[in-house]
Formats: sequence, structure tokens, C-alpha cells
Amino acid sequence: MKTAQNVGIVGYGSYIPCYRIPARVIAQVWGNPGGVPIKEKAVAGPDEDTMTIGLEASRNALIRANIDPQKIGAVWVGSESHPYAVKPTSTIIAEAIGATPATTAADWQFACKAGSETVQAAIGFVGSGMVPYALGVGADTAQGRPGDALEYTAASGGAAYIIGSAEESLATVEASFSYVTDTPDFWRRPTTHYPSHGQRFTGEPAYFTHVLAAAEILMSELDYKAHDFAHVVLHQPNAKFPERAATTLGFEKSQWETGLLSPMVGNTYAGASLLGLTAILDIAKPGERVLCVSFGSGAGSDAFALQMTERISERQTVAPTTQAYINRRVEIDYATYTRYRQKLQMH
Amino acid sequence: MSTQIARHWRLNSQRYQLVGEVCPNCSGKIFPPRDVCPHCADKERQPDYQFSGKGEVYSHSTVYKVPEGYEEAAPYTVALVKLDEGPLVTAQLTDVANEAVNIGMPVEMVTRKLKTQGDEGLIVYGYKFRPQMVAS
Repeated sequence: MKTAQNVGIVGYGSYIPCYRIPARVIAQVWGNPGGVPIKEKAVAGPDEDTMTIGLEASRNALIRANIDPQKIGAVWVGSESHPYAVKPTSTIIAEAIGATPATTAADWQFACKAGSETVQAAIGFVGSGMVPYALGVGADTAQGRPGDALEYTAASGGAAYIIGSAEESLATVEASFSYVTDTPDFWRRPTTHYPSHGQRFTGEPAYFTHVLAAAEILMSELDYKAHDFAHVVLHQPNAKFPERAATTLGFEKSQWETGLLSPMVGNTYAGASLLGLTAILDIAKPGERVLCVSFGSGAGSDAFALQMTERISERQTVAPTTQAYINRRVEIDYATYTRYRQKLQMH
Repeated sequence: MSTQIARHWRLNSQRYQLVGEVCPNCSGKIFPPRDVCPHCADKERQPDYQFSGKGEVYSHSTVYKVPEGYEEAAPYTVALVKLDEGPLVTAQLTDVANEAVNIGMPVEMVTRKLKTQGDEGLIVYGYKFRPQMVAS
């Protein structure tokens, strides 16, 4: 898919909470003698949620964009852990960054693809000429059922992107593509706290089918091979899935290691691929191409082909880098994690 | 409940963005906004002023017995933060161990949950301060 007017990323920002729980600590609690899927995951503090995470990422994006927030014509937030079931996260972020009142705002849900879906829509909204800038946010405070396999990885974090004209961009969008089917690999009913998943069904028919198809079709449409990209970032529910998918697509470790953050921060769900992309943008050089492919259960993938412009270098360090957030690390034990994530039932 | 909604809603700009005022007479920076300038007692309408959110801990105290709605954060440290622009602001500190706080510590404003009105009420967001992060 290509827009009528060329667009790109004019600002980006990330946020990762400072608390970390090592996967070995979770394994110890549940008596798991086997291997663990990641080293540790980021845990939101007791005063953090998807709004506060999305807001700090958005503020960082605004610093890098250096634009008047009143010109942002859309504030869209994708998450599966919006603080309210009814009442938008997006209006709070829009108000706090100074984008209200002449803007659209809405909350999106599509499991882990909710964030990239807002970026896909923002590309179209700006590319059609309806608004000069649109803000897309992916953020989550993911919950894993205690003792479940997902508890090792379900993490907190997020990223934000301001889409604008290609002339002002740090990275232009060469093209994008979306691929969805009705595949029930993971879900959560409205009144339940923890999600359910299809065990091994989450792999082949869900993650790999959609990620690979979206990437292959986009690369084919642009006539690009893996070696045309300096970096690739895929949705990262663990470390194993994105490594295998990237290898299948012909990429090498040197192309995916910068954007693969799940071993250090876990799976930030709607934030995951977008957060990995921020780590790449932090170090990318003008002219380099990046492939970003998300995945959301239910199921689908958004794929974006980006190319860095000369502007990228001057904006990388004007706001905290993703590595700075990764380095800001406070290790917690399982009891503290239980309290912070409200896993203790008080009634 | 309904008066609380209005009260919180009126404070959005100062709580979310740290918007105060600047005195047209003495140029003193004012936070929170008020009718009379605390620096020169001028009563003219003061224009809005966007604070940078940077400052340092002027004094602090840890609260163990907390008011209703603040249980999730207890025990927490409240500080008088001297903003770079001058005013002293009372706020919770976050992302820092209570015993690690010291006078003169550089801090910056972040927006966090201040309190939650039970399972069915509002979530109130506003400013807290954390140790300053460098840009990169």
C-alpha cells in the first residue's frame, strides 16, 4: 500500500518502566526446572498504566518532531490494557501533550497489533491530506496468569510515532502492507483479567503465517530482498519466534539484533515491534532501510518499509533513547511484582 | 463524586502539563495559578506559563499512613520540589527508593496515577517527580 502523498515518521519516542523481574525468579516460584524464554521483563510500577506509558513515549516523540502539538490531527492509542473499559486513553494523552481540542482521538484494540494499526491508519490519514500530523501509540501493561507460560514474558512498555510529510521526516514510509485472517490463537473475554491462548496453535497458523506473509508480500511488491534492509524488527513475544521468522525471510543476526528487545524487556504486546523499531531508529544512519512487521493475535500483521533521511542523526539523542530506558533498571522479587501488578485479591 | 469530577477536570492543564502563570508586573513565575501574585501582590490577570518540569528536591518526608485512594503507592515520599523557574511544588516522588532521596537531588516531572477512586471510580492522573534522566 502506498499513499497519495509521501509520508514518514517525523518523531518517535519510547518508554519502558524501570522495574525488572528476571524470568529465573518466576521459574523458581513455580518450580520450573527447564529453560526460560527471556532473561527478564519490564514491570510497570504501581502508579503506571498504559496511559502513563503512552504519554511519556508521546512526549518523547513530540520532542523529536519539534512541532506544534495543535497541528496533530489524530491521537490514536492501541493497547489491550486500556485503563478504562469505557473512556478513551487517547483523550488523556491528547490533552496532556496539548493536542486538544481540534483533533480526532480513539482507542484501538487488536491484541499485539493494536499499536501498529494506529500507525498504519496514521499513514493513510496524513497521506490523504486530511491532517498534517497524526500520532500513533502502542503501549501495554500486559498481564500473564500466574504460573502460565505467558507470565515469563508479559511485560510493560510502549512507543509512539508522529506521522507527517516525507519532506519533514526522519524516516520515510516507502510502502506498507497488512494481512489479517480470523485465527483464534489468543483472546480475553470482556470481564476476565487474564487472557487465554491456544498453546502451540499460537505458532505456525498464527505468528509465523501472518508475519511471514505480510513481510514477503511487502518485500515482493517493492522488489526488495533481505539484503536491501540494514535492520529488521518483528513482533517479539519471546526471542525464539522473531529469530526463526527473520531467518526464514533471509535475514541475518546482525540485521535483527538491534531491534530484538524481548530478551531484556519481555513482550510489551501492542508496544513490542514498535518499541524494537525505536531502538533501531536511535542508531540508524541516513539512507538505511528498515523492515518492521507486527503481529496481533486474532490474527494479523502490519508490515512497513522505511528509509532513513538525513534528519535522523540530529534527532536521535534529543530525547531519552530506548537503550537509556533499558539501562534504567531496578530488579524486583516476585512478591513486589505481585503487589505492583495487583495480583493479590483483597476481597 | 460529581463535585470531585469537576474539581479534577478543572485542574487538567496544571496537573498534566504543569501550566502555571507569569506575573505581568514582576515577571515572577507562579505555580499553582492564583489570583494575586505571591511575589509582588499584583492582581492583574496573569498569562499562562509552561514550566519545564525540571527542579530539585528542597525537602522531603515519607508517608506510611496514607489517605484513602493512595494505598497502592504506600509508603511513598512527598517532596517540596524547587522548580528551575522558582516556585516550590509539593508532589510525590516516583521511580526512586524512599531511602535514596536526598535534598538537592535533580528531579523531573512525569505524569502518573495519583489515586484511583475504587474499582468503579475515576483514575486521577497528575504530576509526580522522578530522578532526572539524561537525554540519551
